[in-house]
Amino acid sequence: MDFFDRFAIPHPSPVIYASMVAITLTLVAIVAGVTYTKKWGYLWREWLTTVDHKRIGMMYLISALLMLFRGGADAIMMRAQTALPENTLLDSQHYNEIFTTHGVVMIIFMAMAFIMALMNFVVPLQIGARDVAFPRLNALSFWLYFWGAMLFNISFVIGGSPDAGWTSYFPLAGNEFSQSVGTNYYMIAIQIAGLGTLITGINFIVTILKMRAPGMTLMKMPMFTWSALITNLIIVFAFPVLTVALAMGTIDRLFGGNFFTTTDGGMDMLWANLFWVWGHPEVYILILPAFGIYSEIIPTFARRNLYGYKSMVASIVLISVLSFVVWVHHFFTMGQGAMVNSIFSITTMAIAIPTGIKIFNWLFTLWKGKITITVPMLYSLGFIPIFTIGGVTGVMLGMSAADYQYHNTMFLVAHFHLVIIPGVVFAMLAGLTYWWPKMFGFMLNERIGKLSFWLISIGTCVAFFPMFISGLDGQARRMYTYSEATGFGIWNMISFVGAIMLAAGFVTIVYNIYYSTRYASRDISSDPWDARSLEWATHTPVPDYNFAITPQVNSSEAFWDSKKNGHKLFPGEYKEIHMPNNSGVPFIMSAIFFVLGFALVFSIWILAVIALLGIFACLAHRSFEQDHGYHIPVEEVKETEEKLGGARQ
Amino acid sequence: MKVDQTKPLEYSTEQNNLNILGFWMFLGAEIMLFATLFASYFTLEGRTGSGPSGSEIFEIMPVIFETFILLTSSFTIGLGVHAMRLMNKKATIAFFSITLLLGLAFVGFEVVEFFTYIEEGAALQTSAFTSILLSTLGTHGAHVTFGLFWGLFILIQIKKRGLTPETANKSFIFSLYWHFLDVVWIFIFSFVYLKGMM
Ligand code: HEM
Ligand SMILES: [Cu+2]
Repeated sequence: MDFFDRFAIPHPSPVIYASMVAITLTLVAIVAGVTYTKKWGYLWREWLTTVDHKRIGMMYLISALLMLFRGGADAIMMRAQTALPENTLLDSQHYNEIFTTHGVVMIIFMAMAFIMALMNFVVPLQIGARDVAFPRLNALSFWLYFWGAMLFNISFVIGGSPDAGWTSYFPLAGNEFSQSVGTNYYMIAIQIAGLGTLITGINFIVTILKMRAPGMTLMKMPMFTWSALITNLIIVFAFPVLTVALAMGTIDRLFGGNFFTTTDGGMDMLWANLFWVWGHPEVYILILPAFGIYSEIIPTFARRNLYGYKSMVASIVLISVLSFVVWVHHFFTMGQGAMVNSIFSITTMAIAIPTGIKIFNWLFTLWKGKITITVPMLYSLGFIPIFTIGGVTGVMLGMSAADYQYHNTMFLVAHFHLVIIPGVVFAMLAGLTYWWPKMFGFMLNERIGKLSFWLISIGTCVAFFPMFISGLDGQARRMYTYSEATGFGIWNMISFVGAIMLAAGFVTIVYNIYYSTRYASRDISSDPWDARSLEWATHTPVPDYNFAITPQVNSSEAFWDSKKNGHKLFPGEYKEIHMPNNSGVPFIMSAIFFVLGFALVFSIWILAVIALLGIFACLAHRSFEQDHGYHIPVEEVKETEEKLGGARQ
Repeated sequence: MKVDQTKPLEYSTEQNNLNILGFWMFLGAEIMLFATLFASYFTLEGRTGSGPSGSEIFEIMPVIFETFILLTSSFTIGLGVHAMRLMNKKATIAFFSITLLLGLAFVGFEVVEFFTYIEEGAALQTSAFTSILLSTLGTHGAHVTFGLFWGLFILIQIKKRGLTPETANKSFIFSLYWHFLDVVWIFIFSFVYLKGMM
């Protein structure tokens, strides 16, 4: 019995049982559907084993959208619970679990995946490369992320969800206060996904440094590629810190270690420090690619080159450096003394300077531009004011003395949502709409897209502005209910309405995808936005090899120059093209990681050892394998090019 | 595959260059990993709870042996890479084998050391200090152990396939890894053991 007790959910409720049934039915439906249409072979050959950066990007995209809805469901439940004083929709334990999973899912499994999606799809195209430097590792990154996400997401139906907040502070996250296996899931699932992220970081740094088209010096790289380069550098420096912290947390929870305990010398503040040494750079891992996306979209639709390219680059670099020296601002109130707090206050506020430079550059780009209002442009324009409000409140929070008032209140919650939503979510949706035609060969519907934009941007303001007020009035974050007398009721009700609007906005996006898939014209040019950078210079859909002839670049807007100034982008002749082979190993190895993770969560040691041996076998297999890829002959390249609407030469 | 004859074998193809740069990036991540472990070690060093402190359990002799063995192995792998550059397959194999044997001896010593610690009441669960001590040493030891298998696989490949751009590339990257572990050990030796015994 003891064995089965471990797998039971500690706080079951009808919602959870309903989800269990829903998950099982969905899985059965998927398996039955694929079997019925005889698509297993196709699925395996074309997707599960693919090493093509474009397909990997699409798989990241689908996963990110799924996770957006998982995290969104948590969010709606939270807002519904607090919409009325003394509400009893959820119990306190369930509330703890959903705010924890909401945070983790949104940051680690939604936002990160969305960034990876766009980075994977766009960066190699933007630099004129055939693929990334290590296509196989790229597949491994995706599958590690995917299986990590799966592991995290089964937590609420097997054994219980984590409940100590996305920051998982100890001693709350220790065995004493978090007795279910929930926090084990947290530690291990994030570890697996994080490993994938680190590998991506290495892969893209090498790709960007070594595989740029001839002529593309560093200072001629498109801004999105610049932001991707810096983001990946931050990843390589920040993620190992998380790896160590999570490993220590795992040792504490599974093996009775004493890193973060309150006895035997353990030190809970060590977790807080390590977590935020990763955590603060992490928010810039999210925001910098977003900045890069806006820097692509704004010039495209203002019909003007980006104002202050060099200062844009300099400010990204500066932000990335500063992001490592501000982490203490997340716990000014936890006892480090005035001197330390003051230093970190100053570094925190300094981040506003390079950020401000970027905002002004975008405004100057718009200033004399001929603006066309498309959906991507709307998101970019909406981003500027909302993000600025979020940023300014960040500076308020950064004043350590004042932070004693705001810390851990709804004010903080308002701050970070008002930077993350316009910063990350808007950028992702803008990027999604912008690059969609390149990915899928048709445009998303503009009218529905604009409706989504208005629902989402107004919804964001309605949902989060009231929290500034209730926060200043003293409503603590993560409070599962409150009394009528506090007067918080009205603000929370408004927030709830905003959350519903947001949800409606996301539903219209899915509807848009459905609608456009069915009805949109497939007859679009390869450059439907009249854009500027290299990804638009190749065909739509993009052939496997990206570019038949390696482009020759002379500025950060080479494609624009080829259209307007007659620059010759594709000199030379077709040559045979070297391509990597597909491989099932990344998928299989990551699936074994999932098994390993599951075994560790429940301390099933025999299974863990078997899984470890499996992973080791995959590595050994890779070591001995000789795989030199294959070549696409010249005739085939020529044929493909003709078929896709005229050879490029 | 284009092979550039003017460059050393391990750098002779484009993919080889990518692999080496990628590995340097990976080492960057490894530096952060060990830096985090060291930072945590210094934070928790004095927090021994009711368990023993470093000076009570560290013994100088085995540690000096371990250090000597690992430093020697770093030297022999250097000789191995040198032999590889001279295209001397036999010598390469010989030096790599010596390196791996020394690595094996190192791991052997470390396992014995761990058992001694646990016997003396310094287990992973004893205190914050022993947790971080064993985790830091363990992470390094696990790296060396992993390296033994990795190196062995490469050795077999050199034997079977000879010195090709591929095997040379793998060997060179492996040597970078091995040297890196040596550097980490020097830090462990100085700041964990020597400092702990003072
Ligand atoms: C000018 C820029 C920014 C400044 C000065 C700033 C400052 C701060 C400060 C001081 C806190 C801690 C407050 C407290 O706990 O009492 C905080 C929290 C937070 N910030 Fe920012 N921030 C800025 C931009 C951003 C951006 C761009 C993001 C995300 C993309 C972000 C995400 C967050 C998150 C997620 C938290 C809360 C973490 C938690 O406790 O759960 N911030 N910010
Ligand atoms: Cu921060």
